[in-house]
Amino acid sequence: MRRSLRGRVAVAGVGETTYYKHGKSPDAEFKLALKAVLAACESAGISPREIDGFCSYSDDRSESIRLANALGIPDLKYSVMQWGGGGGGAMGAVANGAAGVASGLADCVVVFRSLAQGQFGRFGRALTGYTASGEWAHTTPYGLLSAAQMFAMKATRFMHDHGVKQDAMRAIALAAYQHAQNNPRALMRGRPLDEASYDASRWIVEPFHLFDCCQENDGAAAIVLVPAERARDLPNAPCYVLSGGSGVPYRAPAWSHNATDYGSSNFKTLAPRLYEMAGIGPKDVDTLQSYENFTGGVMMSIVECGFCAPEEVNAFFTKENFLAPTGKLPLNTSGGNLAECYMHGFGLVIEGARQIFGQSSNQVKDAKISMCTGGPMVSPISGCIFGAEDTL
Amino acid sequence: MSNYYLNTVVTAPVPMGDGLDKPFWEGLMQEKLLLQRCNQCRRWQWGPEWICHRCLSFDVGYEELAPTGRLFSHERIWHPVHPGLNDQGPYVVALVEFPQADNVRIVGNLLGDPRQKLEIGAPVKGVFEHHRDSDPAFTLLQWRLGG
Repeated sequence: MRRSLRGRVAVAGVGETTYYKHGKSPDAEFKLALKAVLAACESAGISPREIDGFCSYSDDRSESIRLANALGIPDLKYSVMQWGGGGGGAMGAVANGAAGVASGLADCVVVFRSLAQGQFGRFGRALTGYTASGEWAHTTPYGLLSAAQMFAMKATRFMHDHGVKQDAMRAIALAAYQHAQNNPRALMRGRPLDEASYDASRWIVEPFHLFDCCQENDGAAAIVLVPAERARDLPNAPCYVLSGGSGVPYRAPAWSHNATDYGSSNFKTLAPRLYEMAGIGPKDVDTLQSYENFTGGVMMSIVECGFCAPEEVNAFFTKENFLAPTGKLPLNTSGGNLAECYMHGFGLVIEGARQIFGQSSNQVKDAKISMCTGGPMVSPISGCIFGAEDTL
Repeated sequence: MSNYYLNTVVTAPVPMGDGLDKPFWEGLMQEKLLLQRCNQCRRWQWGPEWICHRCLSFDVGYEELAPTGRLFSHERIWHPVHPGLNDQGPYVVALVEFPQADNVRIVGNLLGDPRQKLEIGAPVKGVFEHHRDSDPAFTLLQWRLGG
């Protein structure tokens, strides 16, 4: 038997809390997690007592065991944390959850991320310890501290190697903000962005303007995974997992920025695996939710996922090409991490499923195949591909 | 602090407790750039590890390398994320590669006008920045344009 996840597991429901600016959540982080889990169960039309597994990533503080206990779950069978920091594990956690269901280790797995940066410290500020050892000792004394600063040099190298102009990254931000204007959950709804405002915005670190950087937020988001046959009896149109996985290319995590393939989003090994398992190619993807820690990572991951060649970036990366419903590659149709909410990328998973449910606020007409990619430039990166009933 | 590139000691680097990168930090204090080189396959490796990632030999040592390289990538940082850098203004981080050592790279600052034009491939020369009065004392390796 060919080993594959394709079509064996489905997203039955999705849910999130209200999204807040960092520090603005009235609820404790763990309560946010609980609310998102319950919202996802409601969307799926199942009882929370049916949950028998939890998966997350980035060392989520809302531990599966505490969740199971708080929710009165009769038997927690499956509990898997994706190794690796950052949001690169978002879709890897989905793959891990799907693997649990497909293998029979669990029957109903919730994959989630809960994050209240206001309660536990912001990602965008430096750690304040005076001494540094290990990996950090080789970068932080030089003032290389934040995530934006860790990844800017990769984007610069890629742009240098392929003659990419700033406007390519701008197009990603413009499309996200435009999509957010139609999304009632989006924090940037009511705050549209145009070319002039982008160009005039301050540098965070070259080549990233303010609007090339994700937000920092409080909230939680969750999905429910069940066996494919079960999903057919539930209210939402089944959103099948066609493929999923994570990847760490050769030497990508080498310290002191020694990745062999430096100007890269780290998707070159995973993308072919995702397509192969799903039995599709990039031309079959109806919409892409691509993790924006920074637009430069989206740019490189779109190339490495085969949507255009590096030399085509300047021509392909236009706002029009990225807009739902008619663009060539509707991108981050909820507004994404830039303009909906930075739920460490899990909002992108939810939006990817909503496109298949037909419930997006920027619905791509007849969306059959939806792809989600997480954590560009970090290790691991991850991705998943969802498909509607007639893709099986 | 005027002899230092940054307005503040953001972090003071200390060797890892297991000793893995201790020769590197001790070397800088003696104005020597020491990086890892495999005694088996003779290839350079950085960052440090207990094993050579190419030939899997544990016989990995440190060897001195002339502190001259070229700019592999760069970034001009405008938004301070550390309170000690609030009045710094823009500053430049350089990623320097060593073609003479299997293209391994290290991170430093590029000295000079922070608004200077930055060109990938430009030759750079190392400048040792001693923080002997810090506790713990340490040395950084900074870079200046020119061969």
